[in-house]
Amino acid sequence: MQKSKWGSFIIIAAVTLVVYAVVRTLETMGLIDQYWQRVLDQALIMTIGALGLSIIYGFTGQFSLGHAAFYGLGAYSAGLFSKVYNSDHNLLLFMVSLLVGAAVAGLVALVIGLPILRLRSDYLGIATLGFGIIVKVGMDNFNKLIPALGGATGMSGTPQLANFDWLFIVALLVIILVRNFVYSTYGRACTAVREDEIAADVLGINTTNTKVIAFVLGCALAGLAGGMYAHRYPFLHPSSFDFLKSFDFLLVVVLGGLGSITGTVVTAVAWVFLLEVLRFVLGQTFIDFRGVIYALILIIAIIVRPQGIFSGREIGFLVPKPFSTLVGRKDGVNAGTGS
Amino acid sequence: MRINSKWFVVLMVALLSLALVVSGCGGKKADDKTIKIGVMAPMTGDVKTFGESTVNGVKLAIEQAGGMAGDYKIEYVVADDRNDATEAVNAATKLISQDMVDAIVGSVTSKASIPVSKMANDSKIVMISPTGTNEKITVEDGKRKDFIFRACYIDPVQGNVAAKFALEKLNKKTAAILYDQSNDYTIGLGNSFKETFEKGGGKVTDLLAYSSTDADFNAIITNIAQKNPDIIYLPDYYQKVGLIGKQAREKGIKSVFLGGDGWDSPELDYTTMEGSYFTNHYSAEDPDPRKQDFVKLYKEKYKSVPDFCAVEAYDATNILINAIKNANSKDHEAIRKAMQETKDFKAVTDDINFDKNGNPTKSITILQIKDGKQSYMTTVTP
Amino acid sequence: MEYFLDQIINGLQLGLMYALIALGYTMVYGVVKLINFAHGDVFMVGAFVGYFGFTQWGLSVPLAVLTAMAVCSILGVIIEKIAYRPLRYAPKISVLISALGVSLFLEYFCSLKFVFGPNYRVVTRPFQEMHWNIMGVTITNIQVIVFFTVLIMLLLLQFLLYRTKVGTAMRTVSVDHDAARLMGVNVDNTISLTFAIGSAFAAAGGVLYAIAYPQIHPFMGIMPGLKAFTAAVLGGIGIIPGAVLGAIIMGQVETLTSAFLSSQLRDAIAFLILILVLLIRPTGILGRNEPDKV
Repeated sequence: MQKSKWGSFIIIAAVTLVVYAVVRTLETMGLIDQYWQRVLDQALIMTIGALGLSIIYGFTGQFSLGHAAFYGLGAYSAGLFSKVYNSDHNLLLFMVSLLVGAAVAGLVALVIGLPILRLRSDYLGIATLGFGIIVKVGMDNFNKLIPALGGATGMSGTPQLANFDWLFIVALLVIILVRNFVYSTYGRACTAVREDEIAADVLGINTTNTKVIAFVLGCALAGLAGGMYAHRYPFLHPSSFDFLKSFDFLLVVVLGGLGSITGTVVTAVAWVFLLEVLRFVLGQTFIDFRGVIYALILIIAIIVRPQGIFSGREIGFLVPKPFSTLVGRKDGVNAGTGS
Repeated sequence: MRINSKWFVVLMVALLSLALVVSGCGGKKADDKTIKIGVMAPMTGDVKTFGESTVNGVKLAIEQAGGMAGDYKIEYVVADDRNDATEAVNAATKLISQDMVDAIVGSVTSKASIPVSKMANDSKIVMISPTGTNEKITVEDGKRKDFIFRACYIDPVQGNVAAKFALEKLNKKTAAILYDQSNDYTIGLGNSFKETFEKGGGKVTDLLAYSSTDADFNAIITNIAQKNPDIIYLPDYYQKVGLIGKQAREKGIKSVFLGGDGWDSPELDYTTMEGSYFTNHYSAEDPDPRKQDFVKLYKEKYKSVPDFCAVEAYDATNILINAIKNANSKDHEAIRKAMQETKDFKAVTDDINFDKNGNPTKSITILQIKDGKQSYMTTVTP
Repeated sequence: MEYFLDQIINGLQLGLMYALIALGYTMVYGVVKLINFAHGDVFMVGAFVGYFGFTQWGLSVPLAVLTAMAVCSILGVIIEKIAYRPLRYAPKISVLISALGVSLFLEYFCSLKFVFGPNYRVVTRPFQEMHWNIMGVTITNIQVIVFFTVLIMLLLLQFLLYRTKVGTAMRTVSVDHDAARLMGVNVDNTISLTFAIGSAFAAAGGVLYAIAYPQIHPFMGIMPGLKAFTAAVLGGIGIIPGAVLGAIIMGQVETLTSAFLSSQLRDAIAFLILILVLLIRPTGILGRNEPDKV
């Protein structure tokens, strides 16, 4: 008897609700205090942003080192919008601001992407890195044009409307969106481009369009993550959006396993928590060692599992029925072979 | 050695969960006879040394107070903000919700202090920043954050004093300003200097920017050399200043250098900066007994000369302890009231009175670098 | 006019500084096809060792440089063995992440108190700075030293790669490891040697940098490393003269932008130009467009 596709949907929905309910209860009970709430929220923001880079690099093989720039563009746009237009904390305007953030990031990605996506891997990395630096310089100096942006002094005043509920829902929607994208024709085209661009071209896939779509979508997600960030952290400063932050996103995507949504999500959450847990474990005396241990864990993790933790694998329910045989349960020689 | 990678994953997940459980098990609220002070400072990151000085100052103050604030025993917790705005918020959340501190001393830079100030104010926790000089820390969008104070002067004041000094005492007419475009501290000082200097009839020949990570300043130095300004204002931290100064001198620039409290460090390149002036919170050479006593205490304990972070942190902590003593209560509103009403508290750097914005009116010391060390010149009360 | 020439010299100095680092970067990439993010940090270690050499251990400058080069060679070989070799046949991005990890590790480890400490140290120059006035522009002895060092490094590398057996082995390894093995090349040793030489060059660069811009601290390698890497790509990554060319161009663009356009937008414009150049010459200025074989 065919398992009804609604059946699995209901199961997934139920599980999600349970997870949400559990977290919420723990929060209200005080078992998860404000601090860990914030860490959790930060993890969710990271997840959204990392999923964006996952589409760009994990699934389409485009080496982008400028992800933080789009994250920042989204943060500032959404933050500025809310700061100026949404002083009454209207939830509808909040949603609009998020869209603004994503749209700005996406539009800039379109403008930038069209010319530079023709570059090959390492060169694309440099170009995006360079773009990231250009944006950072812009952030430092833009207050000359729009004083409210704050420049190097930073921008505050964005109403802090993003709480766990919002983040959870948005993260969930993003996961669903990404999953649907990956297994759609566009997504398959992306994977084809990643694996062998020439072969994809020969097969009639418009590689330029594919790359641009993936880039724009991925950067828009970064912008969305940025928008959420602006509404959860009261103060935006350009130094939070430099190339080191881009490396953070890259790290999460690679460690999680290229081409795996599960990997990106799990690693994003784990990585944020790891950093905070280190703070506790090390205590005051050894706080110095936080960076050293973080770096060591990174090196060891990538040596032990070079293909990433979840490479080639996905949690069952993320994979639509027709693909379940294609996406392996074993380590795939999946992504990351792109030059 | 083949580690089965799957087990590695399992191990990491297990470790992570364990760590989460251990650390997630909530914080302890201090008992009724203890008061908890949170210290926010950059213990790691690019201004790590400032963080260490700050914590040193705080520890010394607590020690000198016998570990007591009035009838309350003092317990302190240090949180690292890495001089990053996001980290600062995380660290502050930890202090406020997990460690449940009753007051915060911190942070060092405005970048970290501004976001934390909002949080502290919202949670009704008194916060005093030892060295955060940006106005936005205590006043934002025209509104005072009642629970927030600072121990130092604010950027505009320092810049003004420097400009006036240049115009009136040094009789200089032209000045070039070099600033770090990603460091709001230098921008603030640079702007206020420019304003006062020009208002006083001086001419700012150039206002040029560099980046925090730069080491080669030849381009901008050659640029400003063209107009041969009397003064070059370098309102940055001591590390940059030494580097810029050296390169400027090597290019043959004869202008007098002028700077701010960021110059204050035993590690400043005194040889290069010979003859320069800078504004500061205090001078370790100041014969004033309050300062000398402090320097002696600090040197004994830490074997080094205290910099501006150390002295301001010491003062900030003492101001707080004094307020707690006066309030004689752990109630946050009582502490806040006592803080605001601090009257002529004899801190090392000055007598402290808070204005309505939570800023103390502090005198500014002007020092000259002479014979390879700081030489006290004069004190200006703005 | 004189101002313009002065700035050109400034740009040249800056560019040559980048070249010191870029040469090592590009050489390693050429052989191992790895963007060694840790290169800038090996540079930092070299600077520190050299600093200790002529400040605390009383070594003469050339001896201090050699010591730094020796120490960093060993460091480079160790790094390769531990962090890169296990990933040699893994996806390229993995070893890149490992390089990132090594870079972070070096920075944080060296800023621990019992190692170098986080403080910025002022470097007292081990020799007197002299300058001469030639045709209206000022040239310093340090600029001359750097110029000749870059020249020597460039010539040495070219000679090594194209006139020696070792160099041929390196070039073979850069094409195909298995074919190299079949030709009797010890791939492991060749790669180790590559890192040893690359790191030694980084160290030499570090010591010179510390003398020219007399300040060192554990995070000093990040930006120069990044800019040098950009320069190497600009000139065509993997191509030795390309690194020098790219570096000089970057130095000039940065300096002239700051001098004539805007000091604030300097980096933005410099990288904008970089992107434009890449759009016109996608594999760098001297880069060869290697067609993808299907």
